[in-house]
This record gives sequence, C-alpha cells and structure tokens, in this order.
Amino acid sequence: MEKKNTIESSELVDINSIQAINRRSVRQRLREYKKSPLSLVLFLFVILAAVVTFAVLLFLIGYILVKGIPNLSLDLFSWNYSTENQSMMPALISTIFMTLLSLIIAVPLGIGAAIYLVEYARRGNKIVGAVRMAAETLSGVPSIVYGLFGMLFFVTTLHWGYSLLAGAFTLAIMILPLVMRTTEEALLAVPDMLREGSFGLGAGKLRTVFKIVLPSAVPGILAGVILAIGRIVGETAALIYTSGTVAAVPKTPMSSARTLAVHMYALTDNGLYMEQAYATAVVLLIVVLVINFLSAVLAKRVAAKSIER
Amino acid sequence: MEKFKIENLDLYYGNFQALKNINLNLEANKITAFIGPSGCGKSTLLKSLNRMNDLVEGCSITGNVLLDGEDIYGDMDVNHLRKRVGMVFQKANPFPMSIYDNIAFGPRTHGVRGKARLNEIVEKSLRDAAIWDEVKDRLKKSALGLSGGQQQRLCIARALAVDPEVILLDEPTSALDPISTSKIEDLLLSLKNNYTIIIVTHNMQQAGRVSDKTAFFLLGEVVEFDDTLKIFNNPSERRTEDYITGRFG
Amino acid sequence: MKQRVLELVFRILFLIAALASILAVILICIFLFANGFPPMAEIGVFDFLFGMDWSPVDVPPSFGIFPMIVGSLYVTAGAIIIGVPIGILTAVFMAKFCPKRLYRPLKPAVELLAGIPSIVYGFFGMVVLVPLVRELFDSKGASILTASILLGIMILPTIIGVSESAIRAVPNSYYEGALALGASHERSVFFVMLPAAKSGIMAGIVLGIGRAIGETMAVMMVAGNQARMPDSILEGVRTLTANIVMEMGYAADLHREALIATAVVLFVFILIINLCFSLLKRRMK
Repeated sequence: MEKKNTIESSELVDINSIQAINRRSVRQRLREYKKSPLSLVLFLFVILAAVVTFAVLLFLIGYILVKGIPNLSLDLFSWNYSTENQSMMPALISTIFMTLLSLIIAVPLGIGAAIYLVEYARRGNKIVGAVRMAAETLSGVPSIVYGLFGMLFFVTTLHWGYSLLAGAFTLAIMILPLVMRTTEEALLAVPDMLREGSFGLGAGKLRTVFKIVLPSAVPGILAGVILAIGRIVGETAALIYTSGTVAAVPKTPMSSARTLAVHMYALTDNGLYMEQAYATAVVLLIVVLVINFLSAVLAKRVAAKSIER
Repeated sequence: MEKFKIENLDLYYGNFQALKNINLNLEANKITAFIGPSGCGKSTLLKSLNRMNDLVEGCSITGNVLLDGEDIYGDMDVNHLRKRVGMVFQKANPFPMSIYDNIAFGPRTHGVRGKARLNEIVEKSLRDAAIWDEVKDRLKKSALGLSGGQQQRLCIARALAVDPEVILLDEPTSALDPISTSKIEDLLLSLKNNYTIIIVTHNMQQAGRVSDKTAFFLLGEVVEFDDTLKIFNNPSERRTEDYITGRFG
Repeated sequence: MKQRVLELVFRILFLIAALASILAVILICIFLFANGFPPMAEIGVFDFLFGMDWSPVDVPPSFGIFPMIVGSLYVTAGAIIIGVPIGILTAVFMAKFCPKRLYRPLKPAVELLAGIPSIVYGFFGMVVLVPLVRELFDSKGASILTASILLGIMILPTIIGVSESAIRAVPNSYYEGALALGASHERSVFFVMLPAAKSGIMAGIVLGIGRAIGETMAVMMVAGNQARMPDSILEGVRTLTANIVMEMGYAADLHREALIATAVVLFVFILIINLCFSLLKRRMK
C-alpha cells in the first residue's frame, strides 16, 4: 500500500459521500459460490465449526450458571463444613491460601529464571537450551503425574504429610514454566534502547534490571501470574494426594486442606450432593471468568504499549 | 486495439486520495510501463486492474475500468477476472510446494484434471517462461530451493499456466541481480505477441528497453502517457523531463 | 566493591532460579522411575504392560494394565477425531474468515475455553453428555464415546490456538499469489495457506494428544472406568490416569507401587509426545 507522508487538506474527502465500486454484493458472492461449489462447501464447514465451538462454550457456561445459581445459598458460605451443610467457605479460604503459597514459591523462581535467560545468559549458552527443554517438558506433564510426584517427594520422602505446603510446592512446579515463559516474553519486549540508556548513565546490570527492565515488563508478568492463578484454582488431580481432602479451614501450612476444585470433586464423587456441586461449579466458573477477563485486559494493555513504541 | 479502458478512476485509502481522475487506454499485445517516484500511485493503479485492491481495508474506488469493453467492477466474477488478468509480484512468491504443483495450482483451480493435460500445461508454461531447461529435472523438488531470479520466472510461468490475457507485473526485477533482470526482460519481449503486458518499474532504463508505451505518474495523477520513445526523448511535460533526467524521484 | 559482590550474588541467584526447572525435571524422573520400575520388575514387565487382568485386591493379585493403555489410546483417538477437524476449521475461521469486530470477543472466548477447570468440564459431561449418550444410543452413557466428545471439546482451545498462530505465520504473499491466479478465498486458504502451516498445525495436534492422554478428572467422570477391554465405543473404559486417581486413595504395598508404575507408563507416553512436539516446533523454524 502506498502512502505519502504529508496529506494536504485538499486531498481529504468525506469517504462516505462517494459510491465505491469495489464492494462485492452478497448476490455477486453467491454467484461466485455457485460457480465453485467446493468453495461454498469449505466456507460452510468453516462457519459450522466456528458455530459449534462457540455454541458449546456458551451452552456450557449458560447451563452451569442457570442450573447452579438457584443452588447458591448463604448456608454454603458459612464458616464450618459439616455433613448437614456442605459449606464451600473452608474450601474457598484454602484456595486463597493455596494460591498465595504457590505464587510465593513459583513467581520469584520464574521471574529470576527468566531474568537469567534474557538478561544474563549469552547467546549459545548451553544452560539456556537445557532450561528451555526442561520447561517445555514440565509444561507437558499431566497434573496427575505432578500429583504422584508431590505425594512421593513432599508428602512421603520429606514427611510433610498431606498438607497445604505439599500441595503448594507441587503446584508451584506445575506453574513454573508458565510464569517463566510469560516473564521471558515480557522481558524480551522491553526495547534494548532502555537498557543501553541505563548502562550509558553508568548504572550496573542489577540496577538496570530492577529499575528499568522489570518495571516496564510488569503488565506482561502480571498477565502470566493471573493465568497461573487460573491453573491453581482449577487444579484437582495434582492436589488430591498432596494436600488431601480435609474440608476445614487450615490452621497451619502443614494442615491438610481441599481447594474449591477438590471440594467439587468430593461432592460429585459419591453423587449425593449434586446441588452443592452445581453451586461450587458456579463459583469456580465465575472465578475463571474474572481471571480471564483480567488477563485479557492486561494483555490488551501490553499490546497497546508495544504499538506505542 | 485497446484492452483496458480506464475512465475517471479515483481511489481512496480511507480519506486519502491515492489516485486522481485516471483516464488511460492500454493497448493489447503491447508492453505498457508505469513509471514515477515512490508513492505516486503506479502500483495502486496496477492492483486496481485485477481488483487486488479489494483486499486493502478502507480502499474505495470510483470510476470505470473496462476490460474488452466489460466493466470489471460490475457483474464480472472476481475470480474469473483474476484468471484473465494475471499478476506477478515485486517479491517472488512461489508457494511452498514442488515446482510442478506451483504451476499446476492455477489450472487445477480452474478445473483442469487429468495428468497428461496438466503435464502438458506445466511444460508449456515453463518453456514459455524460459525456465524449463533449468528445472525440468527437478519438477518434484520444492520451488523454494530455486534462486531469486528463477523463482520470479517460475511465478511468471505460474501466471501463464492459467492462460491469461493480461499480465500485470509489479516491479518484478527490483529484488534481482542484473543477469536475472535481463533474462526476465527478454522473456517479457518474447511474451508480448500473445499477451498484453503492464509493468510497474522504478528502473527508467528498464522501461526504455522493454515498453512500447509509458505512463508517468506523479502524486496520484497521470502526468503524461505516450509512446515510450516520445516520453524518453521528447516529453511534452516539464515534470516528466525532470523525472527522466533524474532531477528528482 | 560492595556493588560487585551484590551483582555476583544476584547473578548466582538468577542462575539458581533458572536451574530450578531442570532440577524439577530430574527429581520427577528420579522419583517416578525409582518407585515405578521395581514393581514393574516384580510383576514382570510383559505381564504388567500386556496383562489383560487388573485385579489388584484378589488373591493372588493380578496387575495387567493393558486394558487401561488401550482405554487411554481409545479416548485420545476419539478426542482427536472429534476435536481436530473442528479445531482446525475454527482456527481457519479465526485467522481468515472472522470479521475484526467479531474477533475481539471471540479470541478471549477461546482462551476462556482453555481456562475452564477440568473438574467443571467433567461435571458438565456427567450431567449433560452422559444422559444424552444414554438416551441417544440406549446404552450406559458413561462410555468411550462420551469421554471422546468431552476430551474433544477440552482440546479445542489448544488446537485452535496453535493452529491459528501457525496460519497467521504464513506469509500473506502466498495468499495473494493464489488469489492472483483466480483462486477463491476458500481455495487460497485451504490449498495454499493450510499446507504451508502444516507443521505448526501438526504441533498443535501433538500438543492436543498430550492434553487428552494426560487428562484425569474429566475423563474419570464420564468414561465409566471399567478395567477391561471394551467391545464397542458405547462401553465404558478406564484410562491410565483414572486408574491412578481412583485407587491411590486406598492402595497399599505392591498395589500402590503398581499404580506408580502406571504413572511411569503415562509419563513415558508424555515424554514421547513432548519429543515429537519439540521436533515439529524446530521444523517450523
């Protein structure tokens, strides 16, 4: 597309006032399809697939909300869980603890690792390749395998027992590659100009990283952290045999605790508490919706910023 | 005999007018060159002739473009138009498939079946594009393995394979070395008996060497359109002379 | 001087952080293999992998996981058959057919599909898909088919996301070249752009296979979990993952170790899939 740098005001026209000839009407399009039935078939398949995908998503969310919201009651948010009242409050609190603990472990590690890969490692460094491969392997490991590893290592070998801490460490390993990768991308998006400017003023590497590079990478890192929260909140299989399924508010990090997702599994497992399961599903879904919304907003801000440059 | 008749053509990118009141008659079986500085609208006009501008968001066109008297922005099937008016791009763009499949893509699209018939078309197109001898032993190899000049000739062969009436070339040699460039220029001269050729070029000497007619563009307008010899030796417009003698552009 | 010490300390800290993921992989391998291979040897590798009978609490017990291997493969294959065509076509829609105004809400919708917890998917399958399949086919409901449909939905976001970026990575000049030859939009997309995006799309499929074979909770809630060879897709089946979760809670001794060995088999599958994925990704570049 050719464009000139200067646009004189005389060249500006109200584009809506003219009758452009290069628009194809629906009728013309249909005629083209008539001549090429294969194109029409392909077009229909594409549309059909997209409709199926998004209809399934809408139906799933709609179904859970419609069937679940009437089952939400204040009793379900009372402090104590009992066989009479399957309160999700303890699970909700455990979920928050679990999320915080996992993030405290994984985020510094992930950010530190990303800083090493982007800011310190030289090109062709063997460690970089190995770290990348390890991260790639980790991100493909199914959560049940994480769960078993957590059980063998944290619960049994380290004698932590079923505990919040064992669960948090297991999840931390699980989300580490995610945090690492998003941070890496955010750091790479910081223009070298900023670094050079900082070095030019005589700032050391460490100062440059903490004062210049990290602050401009914050939205990207945050978007990754939010995605990680989503995974923690939704995780079940990795937690059943690491943090256990005790349905009480945990007193210490060494207490066993069930998160909301595990709570929901426990409710569905014996088929007795379907109403409560619906209600829990609603809460989980809303959390996921909020998380996705936040990460989308952040991602948009990151994108807008990179266009500005 | 005129092939393309362009009448009162205006083209806008959003609010910006890129072409202003273009009136041109392009003759059949001649090579017409569009010259002018960057941003003058010559490529834009070229892309209006096979409606590739339709892909550009916010592009609006008014006026008439007639191909053999028929309005190409009217009821004509766009795909059929593009079959009749082929295009070769600035940067060679062979598909990431074998040389054979590259050439056969067009004919297959337009319903040619049968191995023998396809083989025939492939060989003829490659011969016409003067690249047959270089690729005949590696038809099944990827087209991406060819050199830049060979790729561009392959793209010309690919355009020929759908049996077009007009071939549009958008600065086809700007990325090529002098030897490849001269091969393509020779090729164009050999093709003009059977096709109407319109070429956009930055290279004044190229326009002088290959074209019969030349249109000089400036700021979205056709300043002068005449026989190439006249344009280069005795232009009527001062601005044309300034550009050709290298005073700007 | 103090400054230089600080620089060095942090450099080492960052290096340690980077090494953490390598350490994690090594630990996972060691603990799984060290706990999984001995029972395999005790049971007999062949009897374990290809044994048809899983009766861990019988006397004498029998630990054959072949029905579960087959079960995992069946539901994964089913998920691929259902999820791949829909996923690729939706990716084509997103990349080449979707108007910009529609794209803005749809892209986050695909990400939402990825963000829904598997327990919620499983629950949805349990209350919607299982009764549906039961009605439609007059069968038990919890079956290979049900699990395949649910897994097919669950791998959609993976396939759509990877395929869409692969299609977007194809140079636009290919598309223009095809159009200029008189090919329609659909032909240009399907016969030029899609083949050019092939290895990227394959990578997406491989990733989807990994997701499907490793999925645990959702599959367990809809697959029926019978540890025997199925005769039809309307019969229930138990996957490797379900086997672990269902029995780990009460298993002891060799039974417990056999479950860890089951995880080792699953882990080896995943490692192979990961390897395929990295090879494909390398080929993309």
